[in-house]
Amino acid sequence: MFGRLSWAVIPFDQPIIMITVAVIGTVLGSVLGLVTIKGWWPYLWREWITSVDHKRIGVMYMMLALVMLVRGFADAMMMRTQLALAAGHAAGYLPPEHYDQVFSAHGTIMIFFVAMTFVVGLMNFAVPLQLGVRDVAFPVLNSVSFWLTATGVLLVNLSLFVGEFARTGWLAYPPLSELAYSPGVGVDYYLWALQISGLGTLLSGINLTTTILKIRAPGMGYARMPVFCWTALASNLLIVAAFPVLTATFAMLLLDRYADFHFFTNDHGGNPMMYVSLIWIWGHPEVYILILPAFGVFSEVVATFSGKPLFGYRSMVMATMAICVLSFVVWLHHFFTMGAGADVNAFFGVMTMIIAVPTGVKIFNWLFTLYGGRIRFTVPVYWTLGFIVTFVIGGMTGVLMAIPPADFVLHNSLFLIAHFHNVAIGGVVFGVMAGYNYWFPKAFGFKLHEGLGKAVFWCWFIGFYLAFMPLYALGLMGATRRMQHYSNLHWQPLMLVAFAGAVLILFGIGLTGVQLAVSIRTRARNRDLTGDPWNGRTLEWSTPSPPPVWNFTQLPDVTRADAYWAAKQGTGPSLAGRPDSPVEALEVPRNTPVGIFVAFFATILGFALIWRIEWLAVAGLIGAVAVGLWQAWQKNRELIISAEQISEFDRLNMRGPA
Amino acid sequence: MPAKIARLFKILPPGRGICAAGETEQYGSMTAKLALVAPCVMLASCSEGVLDPHGPVGLSERLILGDATAVMLAVVVPVIVLTLVFAWWFRADNRLAQYRPDWEYSGRIELIVWAIPALLIAFLGGMAWITSHDLDPPKPLASKEAPLEIEVVSLDWRWLFIYPGQGIATVNQLIVPVGVPIHFRLTSTSVMNSFFIPQLGSQIYTMPGMTTQLNLEADQAGTYDGLSAQFSGDGFSDMHFTVVATSPGQFRQWLGETRARGGALDRAAYSDLSKPSHAVESLSFGQVDPQLFGTVASGAIATRWSPEEAR
Amino acid sequence: MSATSESLGLEGAIPLSYQGPAPTRVVAGFGFWLFLLSDIILFSVLFAAYAVLSSASAGGPTGAELFDKRHVFLETLCLLTSSVTCGFGSLAVARTDGRAMFVWMVATLVLGATFLGMEVTEFSGMVAAGAGPSHSAFLSAFFALVGTHGLHVGLGLVWLVIMLLQVKTFGFHPMVARRFFCFGLFWHALDIVWIGVFSIVYLGAH
Repeated sequence: MFGRLSWAVIPFDQPIIMITVAVIGTVLGSVLGLVTIKGWWPYLWREWITSVDHKRIGVMYMMLALVMLVRGFADAMMMRTQLALAAGHAAGYLPPEHYDQVFSAHGTIMIFFVAMTFVVGLMNFAVPLQLGVRDVAFPVLNSVSFWLTATGVLLVNLSLFVGEFARTGWLAYPPLSELAYSPGVGVDYYLWALQISGLGTLLSGINLTTTILKIRAPGMGYARMPVFCWTALASNLLIVAAFPVLTATFAMLLLDRYADFHFFTNDHGGNPMMYVSLIWIWGHPEVYILILPAFGVFSEVVATFSGKPLFGYRSMVMATMAICVLSFVVWLHHFFTMGAGADVNAFFGVMTMIIAVPTGVKIFNWLFTLYGGRIRFTVPVYWTLGFIVTFVIGGMTGVLMAIPPADFVLHNSLFLIAHFHNVAIGGVVFGVMAGYNYWFPKAFGFKLHEGLGKAVFWCWFIGFYLAFMPLYALGLMGATRRMQHYSNLHWQPLMLVAFAGAVLILFGIGLTGVQLAVSIRTRARNRDLTGDPWNGRTLEWSTPSPPPVWNFTQLPDVTRADAYWAAKQGTGPSLAGRPDSPVEALEVPRNTPVGIFVAFFATILGFALIWRIEWLAVAGLIGAVAVGLWQAWQKNRELIISAEQISEFDRLNMRGPA
Repeated sequence: MPAKIARLFKILPPGRGICAAGETEQYGSMTAKLALVAPCVMLASCSEGVLDPHGPVGLSERLILGDATAVMLAVVVPVIVLTLVFAWWFRADNRLAQYRPDWEYSGRIELIVWAIPALLIAFLGGMAWITSHDLDPPKPLASKEAPLEIEVVSLDWRWLFIYPGQGIATVNQLIVPVGVPIHFRLTSTSVMNSFFIPQLGSQIYTMPGMTTQLNLEADQAGTYDGLSAQFSGDGFSDMHFTVVATSPGQFRQWLGETRARGGALDRAAYSDLSKPSHAVESLSFGQVDPQLFGTVASGAIATRWSPEEAR
Repeated sequence: MSATSESLGLEGAIPLSYQGPAPTRVVAGFGFWLFLLSDIILFSVLFAAYAVLSSASAGGPTGAELFDKRHVFLETLCLLTSSVTCGFGSLAVARTDGRAMFVWMVATLVLGATFLGMEVTEFSGMVAAGAGPSHSAFLSAFFALVGTHGLHVGLGLVWLVIMLLQVKTFGFHPMVARRFFCFGLFWHALDIVWIGVFSIVYLGAH
């Protein structure tokens, strides 16, 4: 009746989990209780949960990512603590069967539910504003994408106390992830959570690609798009091209586990090496999906706060698109040691190095944007400078490992861990934090506290070096990844330094929360009254903060790149092509609960499939389909905003055309 | 500035802790050694791991690490310095700096900016191509000695070493003669693992139903650590083995002792061995079924286990 | 002269990429194209897996032994003809001819269902003969690839029925016309994938 589900799957006998669940339950309960008591549900439902506005959806993605950052980082702290303790004969406090789930969850959550979510959130928020349009191509689909991501989050977190998570690492290589070696529900939680949220991501990729290519303000040809939109385009093209590979590969592993197929099994002719190849054909473009928008943020920040245009715009665009294409021909560098032979290894090594060229070009172009500028040291600039310094080190260690024989002694070691955290933290996290501080005033109408923002930066920056430079050393000393304990006592001091670094980063994450709280409390002092708190260059700064649902009363007439900056300087025409024409009524898409309802049924479907409860799975599927059919029959999906409403809004915000 | 302190790991005066300078004289350039200072400095001693190789494969790989790092640092360090210099010089309140609000393109700079990474990568790419072929794991090592054949099976969670030419086998202990190239043929009984002796050089995956190959050599007597470098389940952290390189005479003596100690590794004994176990004891077998490795490598007797069973 | 043509130094028509947001029909069609491209990549992965595993019959039946080329030829005829009828149906939608649209689309439905029925017969025959997907990696790859295509055809048929119902409710509203356009793209894309399937799987069987 309930498949494999029973009371026995709840780990009452594991205190760490039970305490964690109790804490999460208390926090969640308090928040929900507060919302209920204050009567905020109607507002939340109307304005946020059913919203199809890209700005709201972008903010929700960022909030989800911040919450999951805490969850993923908790896993990191558990790992660092275990390794600080478990030297020599000491066993530490986390037995292997638990430790293995922790590192698997850490990687899965950080990549799929923190990094992807942050990056998609930033792109959702900023791209339509930068393009001078009202919303993305498919607003309802946008809502569906967000809520499907939330489904993935929910399933992964459910695995904490109902059953277990995968114990295979974040990519779940077979044969270890096959039924023969992972018969529990852990790998199933992993696979279904990622299949469902992966669908959301794919739809989001289609949405943003269509938006960037087909929905731009009049006059905004490709060469007049902001660089962030170019990097968003490249990233979303990669999503559209790479995520189907993940879907297909996971589908094959699911068929192996559920229907006794033999794609990757040890018997009946299965081929586990094929999984490794396929998963990295997705996996390498994935990291470029994450880093390219971060590069885009840095481009915007450097130009804005230097007070000059980005150096070498065309070069930057070409470099971005080159990275986009090349990211598909380097994947084998993740498994040089699987024995593909010298020619194959050498080819992929060389291709990996070639992709470093456009990346290097970008670094130089940022440098030359700084050159000749009048640089204001705001929080986003701190993150940018920290990024340049840190990312080149990470890039260097990456190119080092792209030499196959070097990789032969460094593969899967803590050196590798240090490298990818170097580029993921130094690149993606720093970029997201820069973007968060940069666009926050646009989203909420007041700036974040500068002093606390700088403190957050220093905690992350110093914490990162403390946490990961020792890991480079440890990797060279022969320490491998995913160890639950180690016998070499020489390694322990370095592990302790790494632990200290993690604590510092934890403090930084805490300060981020403090920064937000303080900024909200002092918002009256930090209001953004002009919509342009940074003296920006791109179109989003020509709207009020926060912008109305319709973004622009009249779509701007763009005549050159950095059109808003030119209009302010008086060196370019005003943005509104027809300043004297009357304000007209507008149609905007209506809010709809389709997104959350589809995700609700998807959650039921996922959970039922994980626990092999057939009737519940069918019910979930039928529910999801029913919601889709209901949506298909909705004809009146637009809301009309009257000219009076628009004029009134403009009057209150004292916005005329720039 | 805190940032500078944080980077102290990378910037210390040379002369501290350069590893085994005498021994690397004939292998390394001065810049390569200097480039190794930074990581060496971070080590409590330089006497373990990848930077202290005791075999020709490891020595070549360390050279590659040093040379490549040195070449890249030649670009990376100026970039970091320039970043900080530009940021500081062009800060908004520095009126000495010339503000160029419209300067956004220079053909000459573009050329340099594409050329520097391209040249660097051309050099490193060439190095990657050549060294990938020189150090391809199945490629036999140049030596006057005939290679010693060893067959390796990764179990859950220990290592089985079969000496087909000598008819003996060991678990978690690999005894080899110094100065003799060793040709490994490797497979796995269940899930993927990676056979790795950091101080001797390259690692290679072991996979069920497949045979991979590796060639290594120890050129100094000593005891070295071996491990698995590919996560394989709950007992993964216990998958350590000891490598002892001894003189050829002592090696022959050890062979004799092992044969004398007896114990036969037949299908039944193998079946026992391949049950999941976290135990790390070393075992030896005086007799081995000569077909055993072939059978295991063909995937005919792969094991199935569940984590609960394995605990 | 608009600000845009002035900025480009052109008189008269300005390039498409400068004309501002594209009309809804273009946006919907383009977005669906992108989805189809992603679907084709999904199929490519299944094709690649099939190519890698096509010899892994683990001592069991091989493709050459199992496949009935006559049966496949008939399936192909059904599917390709259904694309033709779908094309005529799309033309009828474009000229809002309800009766013609109904006739052609029902024909598409019948031909598609025949294809699917024949495929189900083939699969159940193979399973009954001990050549189901759990018998070898080759068979797993076959069932996954051809089965995924069949699943898409099935979903397409359900979509077509929904479209016919939508025409009943809304007539040839632009929203309905857009959806028919997307359906047409989908149906023709499945044809293209099928050509890949019968070439690589059935004609290439060994």
